[in-house]
Amino acid sequence: MIRLLWRDITLAFRSGGGFGLGLGFFLILVTLVPFGVGPNGEMLSAIAPGILWVGALLACLLSLDRIFALDFEDGSLDLLATAPIPLEGVVAMKALAHWITTGLPLVIAAPALGFLLHLDSAAYRWLIVTLLIGTPALSFIGSFGAALTVGLKRGGLLMSLLVLPLYIPTLIFGAEVVRRGAGGFLVATPLAMQAGITLGAIALLPFAAAAAIRVALR
Amino acid sequence: MSLISVKDLTVSRGGMPVLEGLSFAVSAGEVLVLRGPNGSGKTTLLRTLAGLQPPYAGEVISEPESVAYAAHADGLKATLSVAENLGFWAGVYGGHDIEPAILHFNLDALRDRPAGNLSAGQKRRLGLARLMVTGRPIWVLDEPTVSLDAASVALFASAVKAHVAAGGAAVIATHIDLGFEETVFDVTPFKARMDVVRDDFDEAFL
Amino acid sequence: MAINWNAFWEWANPRKFMRWTDRALPVISVLAAVIFVGGLVWGFFFTPDDYRQGATVKIFYIHVPSAMMAINIWAMMLVASLVWIVRRHHVSALAAKSAAAIGMTMTLIALITGAVWGKPMWGTYWEWDPRLTSFLILLLFYIGYMALWEAIDNPDTAADLTSVLCLVGSVFALLSRYAVLFWNQGLHQGASLSLDAEENVADVYWYPALVAIAGFILLFVSLVLLRTRTEIRARRLHALEMRERVKDA
Repeated sequence: MIRLLWRDITLAFRSGGGFGLGLGFFLILVTLVPFGVGPNGEMLSAIAPGILWVGALLACLLSLDRIFALDFEDGSLDLLATAPIPLEGVVAMKALAHWITTGLPLVIAAPALGFLLHLDSAAYRWLIVTLLIGTPALSFIGSFGAALTVGLKRGGLLMSLLVLPLYIPTLIFGAEVVRRGAGGFLVATPLAMQAGITLGAIALLPFAAAAAIRVALR
Repeated sequence: MSLISVKDLTVSRGGMPVLEGLSFAVSAGEVLVLRGPNGSGKTTLLRTLAGLQPPYAGEVISEPESVAYAAHADGLKATLSVAENLGFWAGVYGGHDIEPAILHFNLDALRDRPAGNLSAGQKRRLGLARLMVTGRPIWVLDEPTVSLDAASVALFASAVKAHVAAGGAAVIATHIDLGFEETVFDVTPFKARMDVVRDDFDEAFL
Repeated sequence: MAINWNAFWEWANPRKFMRWTDRALPVISVLAAVIFVGGLVWGFFFTPDDYRQGATVKIFYIHVPSAMMAINIWAMMLVASLVWIVRRHHVSALAAKSAAAIGMTMTLIALITGAVWGKPMWGTYWEWDPRLTSFLILLLFYIGYMALWEAIDNPDTAADLTSVLCLVGSVFALLSRYAVLFWNQGLHQGASLSLDAEENVADVYWYPALVAIAGFILLFVSLVLLRTRTEIRARRLHALEMRERVKDA
């Protein structure tokens, strides 16, 4: 399974598919927002937590449809399904690889972009913490959406339609923690809720995704 | 003792049975060649043997995780080198040595080339070399000789011969004569009949 | 009481389903029409205007039943999906598919009537109130579910995948519901916008509302039976086409 993880990470680095693209998208999105809402620093500072979270979410979504689609097209998924690794493990490893190549860079880049948006200094800590806790959920929920649409010709758009509503709880709790952190309020409850969602997604969604892939390969 | 056998097997594509009443057994040291016109259901049968889709009726009997499957797509990554591609599959299937496979399929000189730069025939050879690193006794192959030249076909045939000589078995759908002792199984007579009503789902709608 | 479950599942056999719905559907439809119209007419014309809200209160007779149905239909789809996954009754999967469009329409009706009602009551068409937001999210789930059905050609694959989506979606819909409650309280107190029927509404309004709710339920039942019949016929066509194709091959 570790070999699968390494292969996916290597592939992402060599083809430039996930790693650079997601980050670039995140940067562009954050750059565009002030053009849309005006350069008022107070306003930007107020909406910064939400923008950063929505940006991270969309950047995550960008590379999701490749998670299984490429392997489906070149036949690797057939071979992985007949391999000695359980398909649930394959899904979990691929989601983890997606997180390492897409989610983790976003976590690292987010503070720099928060700077551009005048994010409140008290909130940086919580921005990093929530992204670190929340982005794995984005990858695992996304892998489920990608599994549902794996064999479809125009799966990318449909996948966004399916996955984005599932992202709502993660987004709500994530942005809430940052907002509360900026205001100096207690953050324990939303943080715990978000961690719960992430753990639940990691524990359960690989099973649902593997079931979907088995159906798609049939 | 047969390595893989099917009993009264019916296989379906898109919910409709395509082949029915199949029964055969393949023992160690044996090669079964499937024949039949295009669209007759050979691929569906092979996917069922590999466990990628459930039988519509009847059963496939084999040890769990004993089948290595190879189809039209080779499962190669364009940005990985030949050795990396092969090494990955060897790792997934339990860490078998890739050297014999590379040498047998004449890939030594290409070892560090990205798979994306290979010709169609070279890719195919790499895809077949993958079978040797799985360490699985039953090879289930769907048109393995597509885009191979005569010399490569000979390489492939000798790989299959060595495999079955070592106690393996193979089920191959192919149209060309590979030049070894084989049992030919023509699927044409087993084409599913449409005039019988099954008490099953899509039929229940008819 | 011992129930003969095998006899129960027999009703889900496509042929048997077509036979009994053929007889039952006209009865249910007429009943639905009578009660639906009766409840609304009673509610619209034979109840006094509210002393505070005036005649606007009467949109209640469409708004509340449609909102209830929007949620209950999703629950029905969840049950139907589970039945498909466990027992693989094709009618069950098709019923879930048929219900989705009705559920989406109910959600839309609830949202639109809510907006129309909200303008005179709260002075705004839309407020990011937890309840309103939850319905908007529910609408997204309906859209996604229906889009997945449309996107997959093989009907069995579609039934499997949409069922899995329905299961996972239900969990996330519930999560979203509580997340939204949490999120809005975090911003401001939104309790003034709640409209709990049992507490606020007097009997004179409540009885016609019950009839209207019964009307909506019957309307849903007759629509879902009708649509399921259509789906079964479409499925029969598909099966015939497949048979022809296999024959030609």
